[in-house]
Amino acid sequence: MEEKNFICTACPMGCKLIVRMEGDKVIKVLGHRCRRGEIYGRQEAVAPQRMVASTVRVRGGLHPLLPVYTKGSIPKRRIGDVLAAIRAVEVKAPVKATQVIIPNVIGTGVDVIASRDMPEK
Amino acid sequence: MLTKETYDVIVIGSGPGGLAAAIEAKKAGAQDVLVIERDVEPGGILLQCIHNGFGLQNFKEDLPGPEYAQRYINEARAIGVEFLLDTMVIDVTPQRRLYLSSQRHGYFTLDARAIVLAMGCRERTRAQIRIPGMRPSGVFTAGTAQRWVNVEGYMPGKNFVILGSGDIGMIMARRLTFEGAKVSRVLEIQSYLSGLSRNYVQCLQDWDIPLQLQHTIKRIMGKNRVEAIETVAVDDHWNFVPGSEEIIPCDTLLLSVGLIPENELSKKAGVLLDPITGGPYVDERFQTSVPGIFAAGNVVHVYDLVDYVSIAGDTAGMHAARYAAAETQHEADYVPLKAGKNVRYVVPHKLDRKALENGNIQLQLRVTRPIEEDVWLEVRSESKSVVRRSERYARPGEMVTIMLKPSMAEEVRQAASLTVDVYPKAEA
Repeated sequence: MEEKNFICTACPMGCKLIVRMEGDKVIKVLGHRCRRGEIYGRQEAVAPQRMVASTVRVRGGLHPLLPVYTKGSIPKRRIGDVLAAIRAVEVKAPVKATQVIIPNVIGTGVDVIASRDMPEK
Repeated sequence: MLTKETYDVIVIGSGPGGLAAAIEAKKAGAQDVLVIERDVEPGGILLQCIHNGFGLQNFKEDLPGPEYAQRYINEARAIGVEFLLDTMVIDVTPQRRLYLSSQRHGYFTLDARAIVLAMGCRERTRAQIRIPGMRPSGVFTAGTAQRWVNVEGYMPGKNFVILGSGDIGMIMARRLTFEGAKVSRVLEIQSYLSGLSRNYVQCLQDWDIPLQLQHTIKRIMGKNRVEAIETVAVDDHWNFVPGSEEIIPCDTLLLSVGLIPENELSKKAGVLLDPITGGPYVDERFQTSVPGIFAAGNVVHVYDLVDYVSIAGDTAGMHAARYAAAETQHEADYVPLKAGKNVRYVVPHKLDRKALENGNIQLQLRVTRPIEEDVWLEVRSESKSVVRRSERYARPGEMVTIMLKPSMAEEVRQAASLTVDVYPKAEA
């Protein structure tokens, strides 16, 4: 049996997790204080996931950049590809918060959406 | 032009504390509520905090800063809170007259029946930590870099060293990495992380950015632009360890070395400040030493979570509205709250003896040192324990809270003072 140690990032508590593994299978998660922590531990041990936040260029807006983020988490190893897809986009003001900027980014099934309204200049 | 010269409640600052205060003041029955903001749009620092992690408590969602702000802005507008943007408050008097200036309206005054101070906090700079060496360009606070990268679209450099393991510094380490820069190192003079451990995981560990505890900067090198920094290990008393120096080439140094409540206006209004927190002395309603002037959020003490700032804003806003409506003020009989064993400070600083008749009161505190074992948090009067609860650890970087409940009202009423202690269970 193998043990993996993580610090939970599901919330700011920062619980120290111990995940007991047998091969690729999670047997037990210890050290969490809530259900989200257990889910995080199981996922992190097998296939880590992250939310990604960045900016896209916006034309004619109050600011030159619009903050965006992935509506859900995506595989950690694909963060670089998601950032490249975000970097390639330019939008036009006005934009509304939660408006979809890139649907199903690089086939992850997760949308990249606007983090705020961006009024015209 | 503004329609009124007198408002029930005027809120200074439109960050999370100010927005929550304005909304809650309006909901509590204040007719005219005005938020004054020096930037061209409301939202405050949340607008540059584009990473997620906000709202887990208040919305049960994992939101980026701008969206968290957007929800409050939308609600404030929907219920008729007025905004005065692009306007500086120059002075505030204890009689609650505000002196203001803006390009649009020129110089003018406004009066308020109640004021909520919500100016937030500012970053400590190089001058405040006295780093020796040259004075080249390329030394910035982490928050300034965050504004440039996330809002204005400038990269402040290519190869970074970050001093301080505060949350903004760690978040910027990841953000700069995302934008193609190299972050060579994060240095922390203390023996422990000063930000949240989850930020260490997602921002540094995920991207193989080395964190060196008990290390600091010996000098900055470079004539016109930063060329390198010389680092050095320190002992437990922050003395340099001879022979541990290392020269790290870089073109930019970011400082994430702490935040200070922004209280220049509070001082002008005659508000008394606590030298430990850097913010006003407040009671459980977040009223300052000046009647009718309340304070909410990072202006009182620096929080690590925005959700708690909003909750503080709710309290301050509601009581500001009540003060504005009552015109006359009730005379409170206060119990002082004191920081005891391992506690650096407790907010609020004092408690109305009758306050618990109206519901729970949350005490917010920070410990002086990390205690990495099971601890008791305990509130006691001179003669007895009022309440205690346990935590698995206590760290200076993470605010801890303890709740006083109406069932404890009698003990609180009779106490000459209350003291809060945090100590390992093994010592109990």
